[in-house]
Amino acid sequence: MLDVRGLRKVYEASGRHVEAVRDLTFTVGAGELVCLVGPSGCGKTTLLKCVGGLLAPTAGEVLLRGRRVTGPPPGLAFVFQEYGRSLFPWMRVGENVELPLRQKGLPRSRRRELVAGALRSVGLSDASGAYPWQLSGGMQQRVAIARALAYEPDVLLMDEPFAAVDAQTRADLEDLVRGLWRQRGITILFVTHDIDEAVYLGERVVVLSASPTVVREELKVDLPDPRDQLTTRVEPRFAELRTRVYRQIQAAKRSAEPGPRGAVEKDTDAPADQAPSAT
Amino acid sequence: MRGSGALLGAAGLAGFLALCEAVPRLGVVDADYFPPAARVGDALLTELGDRSFWTALGDTLTGWALGLSIAVTAGVLAGVVIAVVPHLRELTASTVEFLRPIPSVALIPLAVLLYGTALRSVLLLVVYAAFWQVLVQVLYGVRDVDPVAEETARSYGLGTWARGRYVLWPTALPYVMTGVRLAASVALILAVTAELVIGAPGLGARIAVAQTSQAVPEMYALIVVTGLLGLLVNVGARTVERRALAWHQSVRGEVTV
Repeated sequence: MLDVRGLRKVYEASGRHVEAVRDLTFTVGAGELVCLVGPSGCGKTTLLKCVGGLLAPTAGEVLLRGRRVTGPPPGLAFVFQEYGRSLFPWMRVGENVELPLRQKGLPRSRRRELVAGALRSVGLSDASGAYPWQLSGGMQQRVAIARALAYEPDVLLMDEPFAAVDAQTRADLEDLVRGLWRQRGITILFVTHDIDEAVYLGERVVVLSASPTVVREELKVDLPDPRDQLTTRVEPRFAELRTRVYRQIQAAKRSAEPGPRGAVEKDTDAPADQAPSAT
Repeated sequence: MRGSGALLGAAGLAGFLALCEAVPRLGVVDADYFPPAARVGDALLTELGDRSFWTALGDTLTGWALGLSIAVTAGVLAGVVIAVVPHLRELTASTVEFLRPIPSVALIPLAVLLYGTALRSVLLLVVYAAFWQVLVQVLYGVRDVDPVAEETARSYGLGTWARGRYVLWPTALPYVMTGVRLAASVALILAVTAELVIGAPGLGARIAVAQTSQAVPEMYALIVVTGLLGLLVNVGARTVERRALAWHQSVRGEVTV
């Protein structure tokens, strides 16, 4: 479905030459939910923007359904971390969700249907007439997700969508995304810096190195479905997987810093300390 | 709270009027040049009954409204074009900074040379003064577009035109409104100034006539009218602003979660 091949992105600004992404290759199958996780500042957002056609890669290419991405492709929706800035404050919730559909040229009745359906899916049927800024942070992000759903995308890109909401809301939103993914069969590429979230949500986790970014490891998450905030997070397999990802991330951070490489193995934490924190 | 504020305001105005009445009557200032408020009030009532007063008022408002519309339209168009076309802002910045501070009244001789006492003279001055107010605000407003909002719009396939309409324009609107409000006040000042100095028909010219014919209370009455016009213009502009920007953080009240 989605092929990222040899992706490289170098920012050139006022003589400065910053290599954000060095060489990334991975694929996401149709209907898969893949989490990208990496140390902070590792170019995750850059990568996602290249995939979404918002940034042109310096080298390499992104293929969606075998076709090269050169601009924002149809059938692809984006959910940003900054929901407050991504939703338009001058439009009501319903209008925000509807705007992309108008651009698609759908008839009015169909648009209404899709808007109502999407808002219902995220549990915000009553909020259609409100302005986004009248809602709580978690609700705003749900509106942004509804906007993406109404667009009926094949591929949904999510850029740390829950980084700015509180832990309880976050757990609810994670389950919402899992539920929607199962229901609608959308392909989801979910970027996060939260290891627990990556393991809990993903069918597969791609661990990235520090910037300049490469893929460190790809990991299949063989946790049973449906997942549950209480039981999944205390399973031994969950702890194993999160430990493995955690080690990789720590190693990625170490190797990014100048210093002896031998320190990598010794410094990783024991899994027992990382009991699940979300409830 | 609001009611008591209005009450205090009314009391302050009454006190001011009482002072204007008392000061000339007590002989502190010469009543010939500073007539008591009651006489100005009388003159105002007489003016209101005079058809030529209404014609003058109409002339002034025509110059104001026409000039303001031209300035706002031109300011918005020029602002958007300058902001959107690459390098145009850098190219025009120094010229704008040079032209903008030129006082419009300095153009009076030019206006007289070009158009004499016709309406176009007034328009030239009004448009010149009001245009920059709008242009500068539009330039700021267009620059204020949130990159996340812009990327959201792009990722959902909104083209240039749609992004202009649904992202750029609403973002710039609060700035445009401020520009229009400032321009509306400046336009009125320039309309009256032009009439006063050039003698184009309107309230300004009527003030000049009242002055030369020693009709002091009438002159004051006309000045009061121009003041009231300014007040109305400002209140009107603020009302429009509040309606158009109900969503904006400067207008919206407490957030209800």
